[in-house]
Amino acid sequence: MREDNAAATFDMDSWVCPMPLRDSPTIVMGHGGGGAMSGELIEHLFLPAFGAAADAGMGDSAVLSLGGVRLAFSTDSFVVKPLVFPGGSIGDLAVNGTVNDLAMSGARPIALSTAFILEEGTALAEIARVAEAVGTAALAAGVTLVTGDTKVVDSGHGDGIFINTAGIGVVDDGVDIRPQRARPGDVVLVSGDIGVHGVAVMSCREGLEFGTTVCSDTAPLNGLVAAMLATGADVHVLRDPTRGGVAATLNEIAGVAKVGVALDERKLPVPDAVRDACGLLGLDPMYVANEGKLVAFVAPEDADRVLSALREHPLGVRAEAIGVCVEEHPGMVVARTALGGTRVVDLPAGEQLPRIC
Amino acid sequence: MKYLDEFSDPDLAKKLLDQIHAATSHRWAIMEVCGGQTHSIIRHGIDQLLPDAIEMIHGPGCPVCVTPLEVIDKALEIAAQPGVIFCSFGDMLRVPGSERDLFRVKSEGGDVRVVYSPLDALTIARENPDRQVVFFGIGFETTAPANAMTVYQAKKLGIENFSLLVSHVLVPPAIAAIMESPSCRVQGFLAAGHVCSVMGTEEYPPLADKYGVPMVVTGFEPLDILEGIRRTVTQLEDGRHELENAYPRAVRAEGNAVAKAMLTDVFDVTDRAWRGIGVIPSSGWRLSDRYRAYDAEDRFSVSDLHTAESSICRSGEVLQGLIKPHECAAFGKQCTPRNPLGATMVSSEGACAAYYLYRRLDLPAEVAHA
Repeated sequence: MREDNAAATFDMDSWVCPMPLRDSPTIVMGHGGGGAMSGELIEHLFLPAFGAAADAGMGDSAVLSLGGVRLAFSTDSFVVKPLVFPGGSIGDLAVNGTVNDLAMSGARPIALSTAFILEEGTALAEIARVAEAVGTAALAAGVTLVTGDTKVVDSGHGDGIFINTAGIGVVDDGVDIRPQRARPGDVVLVSGDIGVHGVAVMSCREGLEFGTTVCSDTAPLNGLVAAMLATGADVHVLRDPTRGGVAATLNEIAGVAKVGVALDERKLPVPDAVRDACGLLGLDPMYVANEGKLVAFVAPEDADRVLSALREHPLGVRAEAIGVCVEEHPGMVVARTALGGTRVVDLPAGEQLPRIC
Repeated sequence: MKYLDEFSDPDLAKKLLDQIHAATSHRWAIMEVCGGQTHSIIRHGIDQLLPDAIEMIHGPGCPVCVTPLEVIDKALEIAAQPGVIFCSFGDMLRVPGSERDLFRVKSEGGDVRVVYSPLDALTIARENPDRQVVFFGIGFETTAPANAMTVYQAKKLGIENFSLLVSHVLVPPAIAAIMESPSCRVQGFLAAGHVCSVMGTEEYPPLADKYGVPMVVTGFEPLDILEGIRRTVTQLEDGRHELENAYPRAVRAEGNAVAKAMLTDVFDVTDRAWRGIGVIPSSGWRLSDRYRAYDAEDRFSVSDLHTAESSICRSGEVLQGLIKPHECAAFGKQCTPRNPLGATMVSSEGACAAYYLYRRLDLPAEVAHA
């Protein structure tokens, strides 16, 4: 019955893409996974529906020129379960996520809004704990919470707390950071250990508990970006590899800039605990979410300088050069394996699934 | 898990590869039985580093791939029923049935949950006495003992709202079926190490003798696989066909006696259909009479379902090692991980998925960029 209703609302046959969302007339979890399905939802449903009202560059934030000042503007929603996890909470994520989206366009974040959607029956003590985390994280990131909103939904219609944050920042003169600027020869850097946040959250999710000491890496990256830019280096692209992990982020950049990315798998910083947990669950660390890491594409002559600046900052101590941008295989990411073979690192289709054995 | 790194050491891998190259004087076709081995081979690029004369043929050992469409349709039917909590390992959720998958059922309101152990499903059953909890019990000898233990515990604890949808399959009969096939090209086997860690190795020498093929019990890390290939090639070059155990850190000849006893108690051997291959005699398990009350198929009366396989999918031939994934005309075109026609494309251990995910660069351009 639901299927019939869906078909009546959307005329699937009129869509232009030969393979838009035909395989599912309803939203499935993979549409929120940050991979191919998320991209198709935006490209084939939201952007056509928004039509002339949309001017979206598919980036994490938009840069707008207003009266001679360039402002970065971004919004993000946070629906993580559990609300509190090793190393952080939904409150930290809500601030750091938007701060980082702004920082990835080279902006200095200035102010945030916060909107809380609360589920009937949620303990006030829990909301207070999350709200305090929001305040603490905003102070740490050097941003001000300037406006907000609160809504309550019926019991059973939410997971306790959902948070939306939006933010604005200022982009200084001379800074031009966006995925389209990736070009062959660029060195690809990652600011530290990957897969940490995803494993931390999985380690305490209902039914998935496994012994690990991994804490989330949630952190504001604006200070780290400022340190990189202070070197005067030509930073072409910055992205924080959140949902879909490093693999999804590199694929998105390769696709947007129509360049290839050649990785050296041995250079990827993966902590032992993450590698072990991923081995146990049949997951690939490259696809696991991060919250306090960034990927940078830097002009080759500036790469060493930027890598040094990263390693001198507390959030970039384990930074590595993990590969280069190439002319070959445009739009694809290819990794050289530890044994000397090669493999394609594809965009994840939807959610990563633990394997059977 | 430090030891895992030791089994990925590039220097040791190079030494093994050098030995394999030095030992190879003929063309040999070797089948790795297990889908986990297939993924390891492709993911680490081992197949690119072997002598051209050695062809790795990918076997049927992917539990998700060989689960019949009819069983998946039954799972979907049960999962969609009100009052049911349907529990499954994660990688079954995206496997297509005739018209939909478990993700779709979940999005339409079905209570579908990913668990890491069937015993978790039993816990859910205890916590939800007014609901029916079903666990999707698929897989080889590897996953069967835990599923058997769960049914055993359910009976022992008197938990009546739990049942198992069973589709377990056994490796040795499948090896026999492959060797009996008139088009079989397999000259040696890497036997699946985790299967042998449960069942032991006693079933394999008779197969090696009967079909004249070397069989080497092999693990899953890069060095395990290279050592398995090295030993298989050595036997082939020497004209021997024996069982060797190259995975002694996990496998003993007698296997795991406790697990085997549990399997014997809970399951009976039965004929079983393999997706893409057909019915193989005595190649599966079903619940024994003592535990029949826990059979989800009986409890939910799901029979007479109309199933419809894709007419262009050649997954079955891939499973039997008769063709490589990209030799199927639908590969990378009508059939991708996003829109899989057969289970070998959707499963995380399927050979088609391994080729699509890791090896598109080496394939013809129209496939690579499809």
